[in-house]
Amino acid sequence: MITKGLLLWIALAPLGGACLAGLFGRQIGRVGSHLATIAGVGISCVLSLYVFKLLALDAVDPVNMNIYTWMEIGDISAQVGFLVDRLTALMMVVVTFVSLMVHVYTIGYMRDDPGYQRFFAYIALFTFAMLMLVMSNNFLQLFFGWELVGLVSYLLIGFWYKKPTAIFANLKAFLVNRIGDFGFLLGIAGVLAYLGTLDYATAFARASTLNGQTMDVGFGGYQIEVVTAICLLLFVGAMGKSAQVPLHVWLPDSMEGPTPISALIHAATMVTAGIFMVARMSPLFEMSDAALSVVMIIGAITAFFMGLVGIVQNDIKRVVAYSTLSQLGYMTVALGASAYSVAIFHLATHAFFKALLFLGAGAVIIAMHHQQDLRKMGGLRKFTPITWITAWVGTLVLVGTPLTSGFYSKDLIIEAVHASTRTGSGFAYICVLLGVFVTAFYSFRMLYLVFHGKARWEDGAKDDHHGEHDEHHHVVDANHPPKEPGWVITVPLIALAIPSLLIGYWAVQPLVFGDFFAGAITVNPANDVVAKIGEQFHGPGAMALHGLMTPVFGLLVLGFASATYLYLIKPELPGKIKTKLHWAWAILDYKYGFDAFNQKVFASGSVGLGRFLWRWTDQGLIDGVLVNGTANTIKRLALVVRRMQSGLLYHYAFVMIIGLIVIMAAFAFAR
Amino acid sequence: MSQSLLTLLIFIPIIGGVLTVACGEQRHGLAKWLALATSILTLALCIPLWTGFDASIATMQFVEDYAWIEAFHIRYTLGVDGFALPLVILTAMITVLVLISAWEVIDKLVAQYFGVMLILEGFMIGVFCAMDAMLFYVFFEAMLIPMFLIIGIWGGPNRVYATIKFFLYTFLGSVFMLVGLIYLYLQTVATGDPSFAISSFQSMPLTMSAQVWLFFAFLMAFAVKIPMFPVHTWLPDAHVEAPTGGSMVLAAIMLKIGGYGFIRFSLPVTPDASADLAWLMVALSLIAVIYIGLVALAQQDMKKLIAYSSISHMGFVTLGLFIAIALAFGRTTLDAAHLAIQGAMVQMISHGFISAAMFAGVGVLYDRVHSREISAYGGVTNTMPWFAALMVFFAMANSGLPGTSGFVGEFMVILATYQANGWVAAGAALTLILGAAYTLWMVKRVFFGEVANQNVEQLKDINFRETVVLGSLAGMVLLIGLWPKPLIDVMQPSVEQLAHQMTINKVPRTIKPALAPSP
Repeated sequence: MITKGLLLWIALAPLGGACLAGLFGRQIGRVGSHLATIAGVGISCVLSLYVFKLLALDAVDPVNMNIYTWMEIGDISAQVGFLVDRLTALMMVVVTFVSLMVHVYTIGYMRDDPGYQRFFAYIALFTFAMLMLVMSNNFLQLFFGWELVGLVSYLLIGFWYKKPTAIFANLKAFLVNRIGDFGFLLGIAGVLAYLGTLDYATAFARASTLNGQTMDVGFGGYQIEVVTAICLLLFVGAMGKSAQVPLHVWLPDSMEGPTPISALIHAATMVTAGIFMVARMSPLFEMSDAALSVVMIIGAITAFFMGLVGIVQNDIKRVVAYSTLSQLGYMTVALGASAYSVAIFHLATHAFFKALLFLGAGAVIIAMHHQQDLRKMGGLRKFTPITWITAWVGTLVLVGTPLTSGFYSKDLIIEAVHASTRTGSGFAYICVLLGVFVTAFYSFRMLYLVFHGKARWEDGAKDDHHGEHDEHHHVVDANHPPKEPGWVITVPLIALAIPSLLIGYWAVQPLVFGDFFAGAITVNPANDVVAKIGEQFHGPGAMALHGLMTPVFGLLVLGFASATYLYLIKPELPGKIKTKLHWAWAILDYKYGFDAFNQKVFASGSVGLGRFLWRWTDQGLIDGVLVNGTANTIKRLALVVRRMQSGLLYHYAFVMIIGLIVIMAAFAFAR
Repeated sequence: MSQSLLTLLIFIPIIGGVLTVACGEQRHGLAKWLALATSILTLALCIPLWTGFDASIATMQFVEDYAWIEAFHIRYTLGVDGFALPLVILTAMITVLVLISAWEVIDKLVAQYFGVMLILEGFMIGVFCAMDAMLFYVFFEAMLIPMFLIIGIWGGPNRVYATIKFFLYTFLGSVFMLVGLIYLYLQTVATGDPSFAISSFQSMPLTMSAQVWLFFAFLMAFAVKIPMFPVHTWLPDAHVEAPTGGSMVLAAIMLKIGGYGFIRFSLPVTPDASADLAWLMVALSLIAVIYIGLVALAQQDMKKLIAYSSISHMGFVTLGLFIAIALAFGRTTLDAAHLAIQGAMVQMISHGFISAAMFAGVGVLYDRVHSREISAYGGVTNTMPWFAALMVFFAMANSGLPGTSGFVGEFMVILATYQANGWVAAGAALTLILGAAYTLWMVKRVFFGEVANQNVEQLKDINFRETVVLGSLAGMVLLIGLWPKPLIDVMQPSVEQLAHQMTINKVPRTIKPALAPSP
């Protein structure tokens, strides 16, 4: 039985941990803080697994319950409540499991940080917020969780609040997300206006009333389908949170935060909230081909073009960040192709292998004593064997090597797009295919630069810091080689590597081709590409075997081969290519100019506009011209008042009261 | 007691204030404790007010009615309904916190400061409780006197300019209202039932042209007070010069009197003119949200920034109230109109707590560094971590983060506005971006980064007294944000009644309001 109490424990246990660590961190100390938050998230994780088991294996009915009424005005009401079906349960498991791993990992990663307790409070609070988001049964609570994860993301990106780049990045992340939320909120307003409710179940039940309804755009007499408008507005929210072009700009910068949160928030969970939301709203999105086309095209652009940028990045975390953007693009493409279950499947596998890659990157960063530049790494495999092996696992899964979970989820996306006949699917197909090559290329490039080849830190460091070895243990060089971090770091790596490898093989059939999400995800039979590709599916083994003979695998091998040739066999070649193709490199390095454009037009533009309006309208026109006549009077009056400026209260009061009496008297005569 | 509860709520602070002043500067310690005790007693009296209030009816409660100036049929009539009740309680709460926040900060004419604050509290409660228009007007004007003194005596270097600007603006505005009230009184005389009762004004039939004149007369008074573009420029100046407590009261309560005036007078007395001119009010509200939001972005002075932020947030109050009138016509259900009015009211209450907290926060910094310039700070988190945590919380509330009260009103108004016009809703929703931008940019420059200078280096974190003030405000912001239902429920019957009054046409109307949605 899934009871209210059980669900409340799942949601509130991490909040309790967060409050303890956040408010009483000083009293309970560092160990107390991490124990409290780990206990909270651990309880949540175990209970989530239990709920998942009940729903997935014991076929218990989904639950939909209200906890309390937030507001009620006539027929308009907003509740706080839980809807837990298999879609939610899967998300709960992913969120709490990755969160738990990140909590354990953090003990090692943040060991020396003065903000230790605060960090644990934040990540536990994040877990609570994310659970509220995925467990919600209505739009209000969805928006609450949505914004609250944004808040925690803001706090965590700016965790090192002294670092100028970090506090720039967190403001940017919050504001860009707010642009998404602007659309999202209007989408919610549209749902209330046209469906008359904020409750999921009621809204979806009434969705068919939107059929054929159009609304006036407001100018030019254009009409737009109501459901398309609502879906597009909701999707703007997803674009912000899930970092789709052009609202992707915040995610690479968010890497300024500590690495554990890059893994938890900016790879595995929060950024997938948009994907989850669209899947949750599938009954609405299914009604609008136009909206889904937009979703697919945006996703395709993100998948391919953001992957390309990953090729030229030299910061280890930024490579993984662009990889995340690209993978989020893949998920979005799947949504656009109506393959919601595939998108969620990729979301789940991605959560494991991307968290693994990020935590691996963090382990490298610790081993290198906070060096993040790929150009100063190399040859680490001898020194950090566990990190090296798990990084290989993560990379193989990410590029989609047959039999790994990344293969199943990504290959199905590509096939789903191939099978789709929706406008834009041709373009999307090309993007996701080329994306396979790009993914393989940047992934192996990073792997080689970090773990293989020459140890570039040996000589570089010697030159810079010679003679200071004894005092400066924080520098890695030949005498102080990188060291594998302790078990709190390596255990989560291993714990994530296993599901990354295996979960796809095990889950592909029930999750995608079974009716696992029946009732949670709605697919219009005419759009059902998953059913179409399901006809050719003969078990995960056969699929892997078949996968070896597809162009996808060819592109993967090509990417692997090029990266191997360029970064392992002929490492001097990339430099030459860069000089030859400088213009192409410059475009990628410039990140297509999004940042520069936003900074100049939106950021500086609005501040400039504000300054202009203030100087010229507020101070110039209103105060200067309109109040000026009065102002002269004021000057004269001021002279009088200045003389009374003795601070004698009674003088003022007396004058005022006289004034009042005069008014009353005048009024009496008016009779 | 309950027969004269409202009188007690008005006159206990006033008498307490007079006694506090009478303590004199020699015994200012006694004066402070007397003032605090008075304000706490007033707040305690709000408990029977809340518990004794029947939230299922829209009629005025705790009514007191005595003849006052019989020659002109002016009566001393008090009462509270769902609109007045939360505002009275807000006033009582904020006053206690204002006095606590001034405890060690005010160093000249201490007894007078505390006394004047209490007198101001009494007048403000009087405004919210007055059911007689002339009584309302007297309190409305009387309220200016203590505020004038607070800015003029305990204010900053440019206080004379600010006080006079403040006084002239608000006084000029209210004179027009006085004319309007007298006109309405003369109408009641003409119908043979002379009265200044607001309820008799509300039910009086009026021609369209009379309504339009009256609408603008009321608008002059309330638009200045709330304030609306383009009569808002007094507010930033007043805030900058006012002492912390003055700013808190000004932002938290006095601005609300403008919104309250629209609810009591403009909408029910002149419903047809309000409907016809709703487009104008909606346009001015959007200007407040967008234009003022941009202007706030350009501010260098923290108090000015928060002042502009207040104007921008008050845009949601006027938007909610006047979009409601568009939503009240030609609908089978008034739910959307109720949602809009509720949103406006919740926004007022919420802003009372958030703006008070923001100004109290600036006060905390000003007391230590004596500068309101954003550029004088940087990296305050390093030296004042608890204060920074609280201020980031209030900044988030100011940016309308769900879970805080700042979200509730904006959310409701945007949701309701969408039902009248999607583009207007989109304009209002820009506050999500602008509000976050100006608030969090300020937070970034003041609180984050390396310690900027010697002053910041020497900052001490908030003491117990400051923690009490900011902590209580944070509690209210969180409570309303997480569970607004009790507040909404207590207002609902009065909201329904107001929406109903909006639909009663005083003149035959064929034209539908400009913003009403197509059915």
